[in-house]
Amino acid sequence: MGKPNDLVQGTLDLLILKTVSLEPKHGWAIAKRIQQISDEVLQVQQGSLYPALHRLEQQGCIKAKWAETETGRKAKFYSLTATGRAQLQKEAANWSRLSTAINLVVETT
Amino acid sequence: MALIRRMRLRLQTLFLARPLTKRLNEEIQFHLDQQIAENISAGMDPVEARHAALRAFGNPTLLKDETQDTWGWISLERLARDVFHAARALVRTPVFVIVATLVMALGIGATSTLFTIVHIVLLSPLPFSEPQRLVSLWESNLSEQFPSAYNVVSGGVFEDWQQQNVSFEQMALIGEDSANLSGDGGALPEALGTRLCSYNLFSMLGVQPFYGRLFSAADDRIGASGTAILTYGFWNRRYAADPSIVGKTVLLDGKPYAVIGILPTWFEYPDTRTQVWVPVRHEVSASDMQNRGNHRFFVNARLKPSVTLAQASSDLNGIQQRVHEQFPDALMGKNATVISLSENVVRDVKTSLYMLMGAVCCVLLIACLNVANLFIARGAARSKEMAMRGALGASRWQLMREQLCESLLVTMGGGALGIFLTYALLRWLIAFREDLPRPTSIHIDQATLLFAVVATVSSGILCGLWPALSATRKELLESLNESSRLLGGGKNRVRVRKIMLTFEIALTVVLLIGGGLLLKSFSELRSAKMGCATAGVLTMGINLPEAEFETPDQKASFFARLLGQVRTLPSVRSAGFVTVLPGNGHFEDNTFSILGRPPLRAGESLDAAIRGADAMYFDAMDIPLLRGRFFTSLETTAETKSVVISQSMARKFFPNEDPLGKTLVLDWEGHPHFEIVGIVGDVLSNVDRPAEPTMYFPLSLGRFGYGSLAIRSSKDVTLLARPIQEEIASINPDLAVSEVLTMEQIIGRSTSTARFDALLILAFAIMSLVLATVGLFGVLSYLVTQRIGEFGIRIALGAQRHQILRLVLVDGLRPAWVGLVLGLAGGAGAAQLIRSRLYGVHPIDISIFTGVGLISILVAICASALPAWRASHIDPTQAIRRE
Repeated sequence: MGKPNDLVQGTLDLLILKTVSLEPKHGWAIAKRIQQISDEVLQVQQGSLYPALHRLEQQGCIKAKWAETETGRKAKFYSLTATGRAQLQKEAANWSRLSTAINLVVETT
Repeated sequence: MALIRRMRLRLQTLFLARPLTKRLNEEIQFHLDQQIAENISAGMDPVEARHAALRAFGNPTLLKDETQDTWGWISLERLARDVFHAARALVRTPVFVIVATLVMALGIGATSTLFTIVHIVLLSPLPFSEPQRLVSLWESNLSEQFPSAYNVVSGGVFEDWQQQNVSFEQMALIGEDSANLSGDGGALPEALGTRLCSYNLFSMLGVQPFYGRLFSAADDRIGASGTAILTYGFWNRRYAADPSIVGKTVLLDGKPYAVIGILPTWFEYPDTRTQVWVPVRHEVSASDMQNRGNHRFFVNARLKPSVTLAQASSDLNGIQQRVHEQFPDALMGKNATVISLSENVVRDVKTSLYMLMGAVCCVLLIACLNVANLFIARGAARSKEMAMRGALGASRWQLMREQLCESLLVTMGGGALGIFLTYALLRWLIAFREDLPRPTSIHIDQATLLFAVVATVSSGILCGLWPALSATRKELLESLNESSRLLGGGKNRVRVRKIMLTFEIALTVVLLIGGGLLLKSFSELRSAKMGCATAGVLTMGINLPEAEFETPDQKASFFARLLGQVRTLPSVRSAGFVTVLPGNGHFEDNTFSILGRPPLRAGESLDAAIRGADAMYFDAMDIPLLRGRFFTSLETTAETKSVVISQSMARKFFPNEDPLGKTLVLDWEGHPHFEIVGIVGDVLSNVDRPAEPTMYFPLSLGRFGYGSLAIRSSKDVTLLARPIQEEIASINPDLAVSEVLTMEQIIGRSTSTARFDALLILAFAIMSLVLATVGLFGVLSYLVTQRIGEFGIRIALGAQRHQILRLVLVDGLRPAWVGLVLGLAGGAGAAQLIRSRLYGVHPIDISIFTGVGLISILVAICASALPAWRASHIDPTQAIRRE
């Protein structure tokens, strides 16, 4: 039901962690950024970000703060915690290993 | 830091769920607004921009729910909801809740109490250093008369053991004694329970003094200056915990003893009566310490680190057998017993405690079965609701969880009440059971609480699981249809309840049998023929200090004067004195030979209990003279050598001849001769043992300086206690009186544990019977209500009312029959286990078993009668129209 199109859950977590690792961002900005960076290839169903964000917050990977945006509206900004940074490294390493392996399989045939 | 943040977040989600939801709404709204704004700036019109934003976002409501699910402890929130539901359901039936809670409180409270006692008394190690290496040593198999495996050890045998010892690091002696403490510092004189010990006892146990020092080898020898160590309790009571008493001198039996130390608070070994410890060799003469036939000491020892109990046992037995072969004439054990000290401490109470523990477990189980039964009945009433909710998509687990919540709520209430009950019960039990070792260490601790929690939760699940399973069985259609059909409804549920009832009845029968056997045993004990007057007899203990009453004449004249004065008191009908009262135990015995008989073979000896008594004792205690005469008051000097023997002594040692006129030779100093002048009736030394052969020597011998007054009065005998004590004080103000008791109290004391066990278990049994009866009645009533339609049709078709009556009765009595048979079998097994607690009753006592059987059936019939009568008086037209 709530699964983002073409994205497994673990991957979504990785994308979120990577996206907020540079600077605190609110939900919409995270969604936008994922789309932009991936050249609009990764079409995340925007709403499905929120369960993931809240779960990561509960797990202590990210923390949240309500602050004003440039337009003066209150928004919830997410940023990476130390735990989250470690988690990001682990997941990123996993991902690159997995993708390299898949590449190898796909290309050598 | 990270942890704190996470905890805060979780607590927020738990307690601030509403503001958090509001914030989530804001967050999502912000997202949508941003997207709409972007869409508009990309050139869409506002309506389309909004639709596009929602499309990109997904279903906000669903996603909100999903997000909330990730919040920590959302499961807890669900639990809270379940608990709330359960509580609301329970509140609707307050009577049910109160009854069930009380039943559970009783079950949990009683089991927790017994658990606490068993845990501390039986299972926790003794508070000594390396207690697993401490053992208790006994002589065993002394003679035909003393076949016990646990016979106290003589000084001589202890010496032998020490000399030939291979398996023990060290051994220590303990002896029992009593002493008069003279009045000091304004305090009254007092009769004390003292204990003798070899100097190494405390160091062997690993005890450090609370204050001062412990005994040294120099204190523990003949001719050393007197030293004493006080127990903490005594020090606290008598000297108000004043440390300056250490170093001072107190007078025990008129002799000076320097107080050298105070024992720690927790030290209550071997019992709480002990108040003062003195070194044994300072008290007991060297010849007594070497005598192999004078058995009076308890021996404890510490095993060498590598030695096992079995090894030590075989070593000690070897020594004992060697010594016995070497001195075949000595009255000493042919074998020796080695058991661990912790085992020894609880030897007497173990069976009783395990028995009570078993009984309370039965009670808890019955309570659970009963409450489960009640829950099933409730579940039946709500079966349609359950089916409906199931049909609407509630999972079975969800429905069961609610049911379990209900039962857990009830048992938790019961558990909480049970803890209070435990507190009260423990205090009561400790006060009542004087035979419990280490009473002051018994209290509610973590283990008790843990046990109570485990008992609560497991009985909650036990109570709830079966009902939950049977109530949520997913036969939706059947359940929904059930009400519209008249026949055979809820068969399954009824079967479950009947099985539970069967168990309940079986357990009840087991308890009834146990209680019945113990009660019968107790009444046998109570009606045991003591052989003497038990009503209207006042007794009080007197112990003449050896230092003040050195010569036989002094002792004899003191008793003569005392008795003379007591007899002049108004309302004293008769007064006498004896060294050991009936019911106060074996206490002492002596070997003797009969003049004119051929010498006995080596290793054999004649032995009988001895008592010193004055001539009027037999009259005061109403002990009948069977033949010959009592002592006469003329026999005032040691020259007269008369002895009176008991009937069993005459029977045992003079089976085919007339004992009167025969002469007994004692192994006392000078081997005095005593002529048997009279035969008196038997009295019991121990209420639960047959009379032992006894010889009575005249008090006027001056040999005995201790014993009890026995006074019979024409009025209330207890009123005499004070005037007699005044008489004693007028003769010797330093003399303390101990144990002012009536004969009834002495007998009551020795039967009190039997009475306690019997009454407690019987009380449990009766409670269980009530519970089982209520259970049976409940199930049958339910059954009849279920089958009203069926009965209506049967009657309409011509069934006779008595046929319906029989139908229901047979139905109700089946679980009773099966339960009874199971219970009788279980009871027979249980009776074997408690056989050592039974006196004068066979474990399979026919009258008890039939009695219990009859009572159970009668009660079952009574419980079934009303539902059956109701079933047979159904008005068929109304019954059929009811649906």
